[in-house]
Amino acid sequence: MSAVTLIRNGRIVDPANKRDESGDIVIADGRIADRSAIKSGQSDAEEIDASGLLVAPGLIDIHVHLREPGFAHKETIASGARAAAAGGFTTVVCMPNTAPVADNPSTIAWINDRALQTSCVHILPTGAISKDLAGEELAPIGSLAQAGVVALTDDGHCVQNNELMRRAVEYAAMFDLPVLDHCQDYGLVGNGIVNEGYWSTLLGLRGWPAAGEEVIVMRNILLAELCQHHIHCQHISSAGSVRLLREARARGVKISGEVCPHHIALTDEGIQNFDTNYKMNPPLRAEADVEALLEGIADGTLSILASDHAPHADFEKEVEFDAAPFGVVGLETELGLFIDLLVHKRRKISLARLIEMYTVEPAKLLKLKAGTLSLGASADVTLINPKLEWTVNAQDFQSISRNTPFDGWRLKGRAVRTIVGGKTIWKL
Amino acid sequence: MTTEAMGIRWARKDLLGLRELSAEEITFILDTADAFKQVGTREIKKVPALRGKTLVNFFIEPSTRTRTSFELAAFRLSADVINISATTSSLTKGESLKDTARNLEALHADILVLRHGSAGAAQFLAERLRTSVINAGDGAHEHPTQALLDLYTIREKRQRIAGLHVAIIGDILFSRVARSNIFGLLKLGARVTLVGPSTLVPREFEKLGVQISHRIDDVLPEVDVVNLLRIQHERQRKEYFPGIGEYTRLFGLTKERARLLKPECLIMHPGPINRGVEIDSQVADGLQSVILDQVTNGLAVRMAVLYLCGGIAT
Repeated sequence: MSAVTLIRNGRIVDPANKRDESGDIVIADGRIADRSAIKSGQSDAEEIDASGLLVAPGLIDIHVHLREPGFAHKETIASGARAAAAGGFTTVVCMPNTAPVADNPSTIAWINDRALQTSCVHILPTGAISKDLAGEELAPIGSLAQAGVVALTDDGHCVQNNELMRRAVEYAAMFDLPVLDHCQDYGLVGNGIVNEGYWSTLLGLRGWPAAGEEVIVMRNILLAELCQHHIHCQHISSAGSVRLLREARARGVKISGEVCPHHIALTDEGIQNFDTNYKMNPPLRAEADVEALLEGIADGTLSILASDHAPHADFEKEVEFDAAPFGVVGLETELGLFIDLLVHKRRKISLARLIEMYTVEPAKLLKLKAGTLSLGASADVTLINPKLEWTVNAQDFQSISRNTPFDGWRLKGRAVRTIVGGKTIWKL
Repeated sequence: MTTEAMGIRWARKDLLGLRELSAEEITFILDTADAFKQVGTREIKKVPALRGKTLVNFFIEPSTRTRTSFELAAFRLSADVINISATTSSLTKGESLKDTARNLEALHADILVLRHGSAGAAQFLAERLRTSVINAGDGAHEHPTQALLDLYTIREKRQRIAGLHVAIIGDILFSRVARSNIFGLLKLGARVTLVGPSTLVPREFEKLGVQISHRIDDVLPEVDVVNLLRIQHERQRKEYFPGIGEYTRLFGLTKERARLLKPECLIMHPGPINRGVEIDSQVADGLQSVILDQVTNGLAVRMAVLYLCGGIAT
């Protein structure tokens, strides 16, 4: 007899099928099924009461640093996967800045193998654009495609040579692999570490001007047009970038942008006590940038939500501000922050759109089968209580690292159960 | 000056910057320095105020003037002093700043004077140590004792600070001296104009409550004090202005420009000066120059700071 699970009385939000209605979801043999899967008289079906809950396709985070191989003291594929599960994510896309760098098929094979052995969620690796993320010559993109990467990115770095970037995008088009870009002009940014503005001036910290991002966003728009292939701009932080993306998308350019929770929940005012949990790249920006990001989310210019989950050990972060590595953990706080800010407090988007930005949009970008509750799909399901009030406690994180500026924050909305392939892998 | 009065008016174990101090606290340090200044003129230049206390001069960035001044100030207060520089510290062996400092604390150091290339380094240690932390310059952030000695010198020569107009001239963007001076001067009621190339005096500074000018000849006749900053043109400044020659032509306090100053206008410089670059050699030695008075006053101001914060640390 097949294993059957019945998720009852939930609000089913499945944007891929334009569904938003009360009802039940049936899972049989790890796949979404219909009522016929429940044999009459069958009594051993597991029932999950989802009344008051959102039943959504398993969420996808397309921007996560799992740190393995190379930096297992910060995070492992296993711990990062548990953090993802606790945050409501059933699929995460991991960045290639590991050691060794994921710029070759054997490292991709190692990651896939490790994920198979240790991960409770789906791990989808990306491959580097350039060898060793050095921005000098192309990584073996075709071999990476054959090894199964879902996208190419030099995240954390940015290819400065426009000709190399153009050829990378052109070449990637042959394999239908989207290119994800961390937008940072090294000349303009120099050794800047915080938003160039009032706080950098006051504190004497070196400025990272918004123009340093916008120049590369513009470059990517031009190259996406030239190559007729998709470029996705990661962790957009500035008002100017939103403006450029809005205009380009209106013209039909294959360009998109993502937003991280810290860039809308915080401003650069957060750096005033030199707390390195507020140090990330791109940096926290000004109030006007936050407002522009919110508008960009509201009007669809920014179509994808992601964490840029960047774990670092406490001893690495507890140093002088200049010396600290960039980045914050995000998997276990992002859904709560986005529901709280975008849906409840600022009322910028509906819950259904939020789910769409975490499922349909990333699935479309990376051409994944995930992100839907269609019949026959892998039963990856996230149950969300959008009204649940909770307090972030970094000590409870599944992640090995604790580098968050949100410790102690009161949030409304969080995932309460995460199901992968029909199996509950995490429950509040 | 009584300790009781001080106990009431001074409650900080650390001196991290002038931005966090009130006008009353700044004035109180200057008043305390008044009392210490005359110690330096006595035949026996020593008081027992910090006898039995240990002061560590922890200079991660090179400095001679500030380190010597703190060292001498500590000697005059009868403290025991050790000096640690970047090369003699175990930071070169990969030890973190926090661990090095905690080791010094474990040796019962009472006061840590820190010079560090990173903004916020002094606050970082102050939040983690019971030891008193005195910021002797953190990156481009603050250099509070330099600004205090500048304020002391202005007050000594002009009997007041409120209402005076001070021009700070030079590389403001990368200057901790400029920032601490801006915070201190504004709190005490002075008016501040920043002068220098637009690349080194960005508009953003106006939000701090100062004025900005790129025309030094318009500013000089208006001001009561000019504070000239050392200008450098090393590797990381090459993109900010074309060269020293052009800087001197546009912003140097030449003999001709010095004639534009009011006769009572003070000429200050935190040192070390580049003669013939930001200031003409004769002007630096002229009657309006108080550059060496600043050095002398620095000792009294640092004695006051060590005395006040060192007293709280116990």
